[in-house]
Amino acid sequence: MLRTKFNRALTYIVLTVWTIIVLFPLWTLIVNSFKPQNEIFADPFGLPKNFTLDGYIEVWKAGHFGLYFTNSLIVTILSLTLILFIGSMAAYALAKWKSRVSNFLYVFFIAGLMIPIRLGTIDLMRLIIALNLQNTIWSLIPVYVAMGMPIATFVLTAFIKELPNEMFDAAKVDGASEWQVYSRVVLPLMRPALATVAIFNMIKIWNDFWFPLVFIRQESARTVALGVSLLFGQYHTDWTRALAVLSLAAIPLLILYILLAREFIKGLTAGAIKG
Amino acid sequence: MSQANLSKNQKPGLLNTENQRTLTWVLFLLPALLVYLVFMAGPLFDSLRLSLYTGKGYNPTEFIGFQNYIDLFTVPLWREKFFNAVTNTCIFFAIHMIVQNSLGLLFANLLSSDFKGRNFFRTLIFTPTTLSVLVVGFLWTLILNPNWGAVNQVLVGIGLEQWALPWLGRENLALPIIALTSVWQWIGMPTVMFLAGLTGISEELLEAASIDGASEWEIFWKIKFPLIQPVLGIIAILTFVDNFNAFDVIYAMAGAKGEPAYSTDLLATLFYRTGIAGEHPTGIPNMGMGATIATITFIILMSGVLLWLYLSRRNADETK
Repeated sequence: MLRTKFNRALTYIVLTVWTIIVLFPLWTLIVNSFKPQNEIFADPFGLPKNFTLDGYIEVWKAGHFGLYFTNSLIVTILSLTLILFIGSMAAYALAKWKSRVSNFLYVFFIAGLMIPIRLGTIDLMRLIIALNLQNTIWSLIPVYVAMGMPIATFVLTAFIKELPNEMFDAAKVDGASEWQVYSRVVLPLMRPALATVAIFNMIKIWNDFWFPLVFIRQESARTVALGVSLLFGQYHTDWTRALAVLSLAAIPLLILYILLAREFIKGLTAGAIKG
Repeated sequence: MSQANLSKNQKPGLLNTENQRTLTWVLFLLPALLVYLVFMAGPLFDSLRLSLYTGKGYNPTEFIGFQNYIDLFTVPLWREKFFNAVTNTCIFFAIHMIVQNSLGLLFANLLSSDFKGRNFFRTLIFTPTTLSVLVVGFLWTLILNPNWGAVNQVLVGIGLEQWALPWLGRENLALPIIALTSVWQWIGMPTVMFLAGLTGISEELLEAASIDGASEWEIFWKIKFPLIQPVLGIIAILTFVDNFNAFDVIYAMAGAKGEPAYSTDLLATLFYRTGIAGEHPTGIPNMGMGATIATITFIILMSGVLLWLYLSRRNADETK
């Protein structure tokens, strides 16, 4: 009895210490973004006494954060839609087409889980320039869709394989074509697996910094990640603004995470653990 | 009725329907395959080819065989940079492997018992993982900044003045500090995965051991730890692949040159400077050499993955 109590106390102590280590930077980020510079230095941990929104207003207007936000939103939504659509079609074929070709293609797709696409950047850059897509947000979408294929085929194929066979047979008996089975039976049932794939890719794509850095120089095509790096450099002596930049980039995902924590955790670990 | 029709139709035109079915499946696969081939597999393999070429700017057209590799390993200027980056990448990976994964295992073990606030802690530990690496890197740069030094103020406050250091400014400190920042962000992954592994262990087994008088410590090392070996393997390989490819956190906290004095230069930052941005002051990329560095990284990653596949298959066979 005493031993369990002791263990329990130890659990709480260890976890509370880590909680402080996690929350401390996030707290300093958010409270200080509402303070003027001198207060940030004088009192870095307290709640703002001279509350100000200057940082946010400046960053949103002069820093064109709104534009970056729209760009990231377009890129993320279009890439996700394409990944889910063509990924689920491929997964349906990989799960139901029994042949050597499909076995080989399955392995071929899954291999991409272990090989980072970044290693092909030099060639991708030449390809994007040849297609004349550099400096536009359209350069990012095909790369992100390709990058999403391994995880999409992995998670979705496993999901379809576990659906009961009778369901497919029943639909076939009713004379449905493969396309009808896919769009009317499989897609609606696959929603939880699609959500997992969507969240995994959403975080990767929204947070990706590498490809915007390599493909995009033009102001009008910057994404949030690229904008953050440039604005942070620009405002590095003006801490209210620097912190506002970081908060603006962090808060949308933080809110989404707090609302959908379970799905996020499942989504992000999808590459490692099935379903 | 339709089933009877189906089998009747199949006999005379067997080849035909068979072909048609194949065609349907090919059409289902085609869009995914095209994008994947053109924008991922193709460029990855073509990078291997490019490593055998040289030429300034975007058109390495001159075939030089393995000269890039020979230069990288023998020309002092390249060799120094390259081996420095390899060593730093290994250290960066080792810190993650040791600190992140043992802490993750500890947290998972604590979280696997039932207590009040368990879900809160689980959600909290995973929170930084959802943030952008860049944001996390910049945020910690500010917090570790010696002029503001939120961290240093805390250290002074608790009487550890001698510990209030310019964390990112010292050559021997910067790399471990940046690695620990990255551990702070990613620790949620091993925690959740270990937790999934630990929850899979049967309750009866643990209860039986506990009734036999085994301590928590013994239960952990003699029962739980051996049983989560497969999870440990997956986590190890993921840690390996992710960290041999790390770039964003270094870029945010130490710049593309791995300041101070290249002490935080990793394979990915060296790759970026050599093949994409071009080294200071010319800024002209050497794509052939960049592709060479990418290819070597690729070979290192593949060897690791193949070793992991071999070991996990052997282990699986043994337990059978």
